[in-house]
Formats: sequence, structure tokens, C-alpha cells
Amino acid sequence: MTHMDIEKTRNTIKMYIAIGVALLVFTAITVGVNQVHLAVPAAITVALIIASIKGSMVASVFMHLSHERRWIYGALLLTAFFFLVLMSVPLLTQMDHIGTPTGVANPSHAEPARH
Amino acid sequence: MDNIGIHPGGEHAHVHTDAHGEHHEDLGFWRKYVFSFDHKVIGIQYAVTGLLFLLFGFTLMMVMRWQLAYPGKPIPLIGQWLGQDRAPMGIMLPEFYNQLGAMHGTIMVFLGVVPLAVGGFGNFVMPLQIGAPDMAFPKLNMMSYWVYFCGGVTMLASFFQRGGAAQSGWTSYPPLAVISPGQTMWLIGMIFLITSSLLGSVNFIVTIVQLRAKGLSYMRLPFFVWAQFVTSFLLLLAFPPLEAAGILQLMDRVAGTSFFMPSGLVVSGKPMLIAGDGNPLLWQHLFWFLAHPEVYVLILPAMGIVSEILANNTRKPLWGYKALVYSVVFLGFMSFIVWAHHMFMTGMGTTMSAFFQTTTMIISIPSVVILTALLLSLWGASIRFTTPMLFALAFLPMFGIGGLTGLPLGLAPSDIHLHDTYYVIGHFHYVVAPGTIFALFAGVYYWFPKATGRKMNELMGKIHFWGSFICINGVFMPMFIQGLGGMNRRMYDGGAQYVHNAGLLKYNIAIGFAAWGLGLFQIPFIVNFFSSIKWGALVDRNPWEATTLEWSAPSPPGHGNFLTEPIVYRGPYEYSVPGAARDFTPQFEPEKA
Amino acid sequence: MNIPYTVEERPDTGLANGKLGIWLFLASEVMLFGALFSTYIILRVGSPEWPHGELNVWLGAINTVILISSSVTMVMAWASLKMNDWGKHRLYLIATFVLAGVFLVNKYFEYADHLGKGEGPWHSTFLAIYFTLTGLHGLHIVGGMVVMAYFIGPGAKLWRKNPEQFANRIEYTGLYWHFVDLVWIFLFPVLYLL
Repeated sequence: MTHMDIEKTRNTIKMYIAIGVALLVFTAITVGVNQVHLAVPAAITVALIIASIKGSMVASVFMHLSHERRWIYGALLLTAFFFLVLMSVPLLTQMDHIGTPTGVANPSHAEPARH
Repeated sequence: MDNIGIHPGGEHAHVHTDAHGEHHEDLGFWRKYVFSFDHKVIGIQYAVTGLLFLLFGFTLMMVMRWQLAYPGKPIPLIGQWLGQDRAPMGIMLPEFYNQLGAMHGTIMVFLGVVPLAVGGFGNFVMPLQIGAPDMAFPKLNMMSYWVYFCGGVTMLASFFQRGGAAQSGWTSYPPLAVISPGQTMWLIGMIFLITSSLLGSVNFIVTIVQLRAKGLSYMRLPFFVWAQFVTSFLLLLAFPPLEAAGILQLMDRVAGTSFFMPSGLVVSGKPMLIAGDGNPLLWQHLFWFLAHPEVYVLILPAMGIVSEILANNTRKPLWGYKALVYSVVFLGFMSFIVWAHHMFMTGMGTTMSAFFQTTTMIISIPSVVILTALLLSLWGASIRFTTPMLFALAFLPMFGIGGLTGLPLGLAPSDIHLHDTYYVIGHFHYVVAPGTIFALFAGVYYWFPKATGRKMNELMGKIHFWGSFICINGVFMPMFIQGLGGMNRRMYDGGAQYVHNAGLLKYNIAIGFAAWGLGLFQIPFIVNFFSSIKWGALVDRNPWEATTLEWSAPSPPGHGNFLTEPIVYRGPYEYSVPGAARDFTPQFEPEKA
Repeated sequence: MNIPYTVEERPDTGLANGKLGIWLFLASEVMLFGALFSTYIILRVGSPEWPHGELNVWLGAINTVILISSSVTMVMAWASLKMNDWGKHRLYLIATFVLAGVFLVNKYFEYADHLGKGEGPWHSTFLAIYFTLTGLHGLHIVGGMVVMAYFIGPGAKLWRKNPEQFANRIEYTGLYWHFVDLVWIFLFPVLYLL
């Protein structure tokens, strides 16, 4: 973050307050949507989308990531990629179950194989 | 940048440099040698502590090898002192064998090799090689060492708790690890060690990015610095999941949770009263997510050290510097997406298995590129067979064997037969023991003069080398034969209970003698190390006639490292430049007018 | 001995050491909480049934509002320094600290409610991951409060000696604090709502 002059800082402060209000609004939306009781996949998708919007606002404005340097972006992009790997791959190894007896959704609750 | 015009530490022997000129108040013993912020002191602390742990971890293995060579026979010399719950009448109990095994692995990897390779060499050499006065965060650096030290003490103390030390392998798999004694302290120790690592890795990355001297662009960095740079990213991003997993396993043990404990678990005939619904494979994922990048943490600094020593002792630039740099960065990246090749036998489907086999095969490419580049660096070289060079040269074929033997393990069809056998032990030890540890020895001989102002003795060095080289191959080569014959790991009777092992048991005796021989050949090294501090031949700044920045500082360097601001004029390996007066042109030497 | 770029930015990276350092640290924290989120995913998918309605959504929502507000006050604390307004800075920093404290008080009530009924982390996998995720997050809040207390107290002297360095440190504290807020923004829907 380079040095800002007073005028720019004042504008940025207005932005901070605006984003703060937006975050509170989105929080209300989050709780509101939850009252609607969507089906689980839809509920997860909507909740994650709203949380991601809120998160991006915090990251880009409060953490001024939107005018940060390449090194920071690079490190975070790398981290984001590995984060996604960590979220998805262990689950995929448990869901890809060729050879398990049919009718069983999840191997960790599979019946012992009958010989 | 500041002009560090400070009185130097002198060109004479003192392991811990304490160059205070008239500008600095005297810090006193504790702040100078114990709680120092100076990267050189901290580096030496890490190195000495790491070496001591290596020796201790090795001793544990020498005791294990007795049991494997002569199952059920009383352990000579120390058997009588081990106590009833470890070795009644000097005969090792299976529980104690398991403790030795788990702690040997843990100590060697986390308390020995990485602290020496990264904490020791990284801390001492890297700031000097980039022309920095110290690390970016000196106080954080000091904290990293002491947190590591606490972790080490915790791990050692675990031997004395009731039930003994951790005994479920260095991999600590649940449910066994959750119900076995010793794990709680192991987990607490790991949390200390991981925290230390994280603090260190932030420091390394910021230092390399921010504190490079004028003229030192990324592509002029010594390969050692690149290796440490990538290693730090691995530590930064791969360790946290294990820290999380450690907390989860700790909670399973002390808070009665069931993160990793499946439902319906029955132990010794009694059903366990737990909430259940946990997943033991979750631990394996979180553990190996770190532990695979961890093995690259073990090898990368070693490759860096070998590169420096090869360039210096061949009097030629390294072959393929760009290839080396791109390979090591690519290797670091790939290392995060191969981990489940340690889990081929856990029942994952063929799609994910294929994914991990593919990434594992791909990751072998940059490894081979690096090894090939280093081998090609020998072509047409004027080789100086100094002790560091002998170790560095030996690294190459040893790492080659280790790497090649890894290939059948990375492919699921062959891994089915080799998983959890002695073949695996042979594979990874070839990479770490005659691989990394030889490189670390090379580094000690090479940089000892910079740290102390004196050279180590060449004759003792050569005895250390040849004895170690022969014995270490004697220890690990037969393990491939045992593994291919089907002998499983972690069996306290050396596999005697299985009929198919009958013809393989004899190797245990040979391996035992090779191991004890290996132990004996470390004595010249230990004697050499300490006696040279006092009586080694005095050297000046650049005894090896090397080209990188650390050789422009005094030996040993004073506080702040350089007498004048270091400026870099060229690449790191300008040896035998055609038309030059000498066979080396240091990075820091100005162009002739 | 002076370490370069502790306060001023290095020209080619545009960064001061601490800025890069704190972001790298936050990257490692992403992986730390990531492992716990991954744990949540695996355990939930592997579980025959997952509890609903065991947590107080309103208390969670209030805590979300509190934490977001504390993020606003935190960034204002830094912006006030940039505007050279020491008084406002103190006000906002102390407000952040107080809000963090209120968050923890709410958490205490939530925990006490469950533990009073004998429902600790041992009770179910859901509560196990709930206590661990919110517990680790709570520890991070405590950590942040310790740092803030330092800058409210003894650390404030640095403003007179080296205002730019002090402002930088407040900025880094802010970055850490926003990250803690960010984790909660994901924790709240995942644990309380889904």
C-alpha cells in the first residue's frame, strides 16, 4: 500500500464504511436465505456464494488486496490452488469406489464384503 | 543500503563469532551465544542440535538392529540399564522395539535432518550468499530455534513417561495411535516443531525476496538459495494441515472426540465407547499432505549443497542452471499433488489412483533433470577430490538409486507387492541417508572454514567418507532383496514369524554389522569436528577459491557480515572463464576497468 | 545493525518486509483452517446423519455482526493513523478490542450452554468439529486481542519514535484481524446454517 494523501484517505474511509454496511446486509441475507430451507446441495451452493462475496469484499477492500503487489497475489493464488486441492481430493478418493457392493453410497459405511 | 563498517570477528578460530567493534555495547554471554538474534549463531545452534539428534536417532536404530539380527538375545552393554518395561533381562520387548522405530523416524526427519539442512545450513549460509546483514526478522529467527528446542525436549521426555514413547510409527496412524501410549507427548512435540518450521519459513522467504544485495537478480542466485526458497514454500503451505491433524488426534486422545475413530471399533475384545463416525483415512490424507512435500524438504537443501560443492570442485559452471531452477520450482509445485501414492492400498478407486500415479510419474521428471544436470556438470571438469567433494560425488549415484527404486512404488500395480515391505525402507533411506545426510556432511566440511576460520582435517574426513560409504550401502542394499522377497516392515522379530522370510533373515545380521560399522566410522567425524575448532588449519576468507558471496565475508563473519556493502556483478558459477587471470571470478569482484 | 526495508519499501517488490511476512503467515493460516474445513467435509459426507438446529443461529448471527463491525473499526484505526489522527486511532483500536471481547463473551455463553448439558466435543462428530473450528478461531481472536492490547499499551510509544513503522504494524495487525473475520464469515454459515 503506497502512501495516500488526506483526500484519498477520506474517500477510502467512505468506502470502508460502505463495505461494512454491505457486509451486514449480506449477513442478514445469509440468515434470511437459511430460513427458506432449500435442499442441501442448493443451500450449500447459495451459502458458499454469499460467503465468498463477503469474503472477497473483506479481502479486496479491508485487506486492500485489490491494489496489492504481485508477490502477495502470487503467494495467495498458489495457496488458493492448494486449498482447493485439500478440499476436494481427499473427498474424491473416498467417493470413487469402483468395486464396492452396489447400493452403498459411502465406502466407510460399507457392509463387510461377503465371500 | 547500510554500510556495515564494523570491526570484523577476526580471521581466527571462534565457533561463535562475537565481533563487536567500538560501536556496539558488549552483549554478555547469554545474549551473545544463547539467546542471540544473529543468524550465524542461530544457524550453528540449529546445526549442532540437529547433529546431536541425528546421532541419537542413529543410536536408536543401532539398538533396533541388534534385535533384528539376534531376536530375543539380551542387548549387549546397555541392555541391563533399560529397565523392566523396556527390556527385561536385557531382552527387548516388542513395545520398546516399536518405540525405537517410531522415534527413530520422527527424530531423524523432524529433529535431525530438517533442522540441520534448513535451520542450520539455511540460516547460516543463505543470508551470506545473498549479501544480507542478517535475516529479515532476527528475533523471529531466535524464537524459531527455541520452539524447535522445546519440541525436541518434549520428544525426548516422551521416553520417560508411563507406557513409553510413541510407538505407532512416525506416521502415527489412528486408530492405533489414538489408543497407544506415548502419542500425546509426540503430538505436543510435533505442534512445537511445526510452529518453529512455520516461523522459519516466513523468515526465509521474506529474506530471499527482500534482502538480496545490489545486482543479485533471481537468476544470479546460487542454486543453494533457490533450493532453500522452494523448500520454505513447501514448509509454509504443507505443514499447517498436519498441525491441524495433530490437534484433531490430540483431541481424540484427550477430549474423547472421534475425528479418526470409526464406529464399531473393538479393542481387545471390548467395544470402544466413543461417538464414532470418524475416518481413519482422514488422518492419512492430512498427514501425507505434509509428509510428501516433507520428503522434498529433506532432499532439496541437499541438492543445493551438492550443487555448490560440485561447481567449486569441478572449477566449471553448473550445467543447465536455468533447467535446475525451473525444475526445482516445478518439483516444489508438483510435490503438493502426489501425496496419496503413500495410500494406494487404502481402497481408493481407480480414477483417483490413476491421478496420483500420473502426478507421481510426472514429478520424477524434474528430479531426473536436476540429477542429470549435476552429473553433466562433471563432464570435462578439473575435479578436486576434497572431502566435501567426495561426499557430494557419492550423493549423485546414491540419490539415483533412491530415486529409481521409488518408481515401482509410485505405480499402484507394483506397489501392491512392495508397500510396507523393506523395499520401501531401502528406497527412502537411499535418498535420505547416503543421499541427504551425505550432502549434509559435505556441507559441514565445506562451510566449516567459513563458520570457524579453520579447516577440518582431510585425512579423518576421508576415513569418515570411505567407511561411511561402504557401510551405508551394506545397510540398505540388502533391504531391496528382503523387500522383494516379501519381508514386511515394523516387525520386531525381523520377520521370523513368516515362513516366506526364512531365507531373508540372514541379511539382518549383515545389515546389523554394517550399521554398527557405520556408527564406528562417525567417530572420526565427531573427533574431527571438535578438534578442528581448536586446532584446525587457519584459513582466510576464501580457502576453497569459490565464487559466491559468502566467501567475501571474513571467516568467521562479524555481526552484520560484510565489511563493505556487497555488490554482485555476475552469475554465481563463473569458474574457468576464458581469458581470465584465475580459474574463478567471484560474483562480488568488480569488473576490471 | 539495520535490516533494510523494515519500514521503507524495496523498490522492485514494492513491499516492506513485514507486509510480505504477514501475508505469507496468512497463507499458512489458510491451509491450517483449510485442513479443518476439509475434515468437516469428509466427516459430514461420511456421516449417516448430521445434526441441525443444535446451535443458536441468532447468537451466531450477532457474533457475525460484531466481528464485521470490529473489522470496520480495525481498518478505521489504521486509516486514522494515515490521516495523522492519533485520538481517533486510539478510539477505533480500543473499540476493536472491546468488540473482540464481546465476541468471546458470546462464545463463552454458547459453549457453557452445550457443556452444561454434557454435550462436549466427545458427544458427536458435529460437536467435535464445531468445538475445534470455533475453538481454534477463538484462540486466534485471543491472539489478536493480545497484539491489540500491546499496541494500545506499551507498543503505542512507537508512534512517537517511528510513526511510519507504527502505522505499518497496525496495518499488519489489521490484515491478521480481517483474516480472522474472513474465517468466521465462512464458519458461520457452514456450522450454524447448513
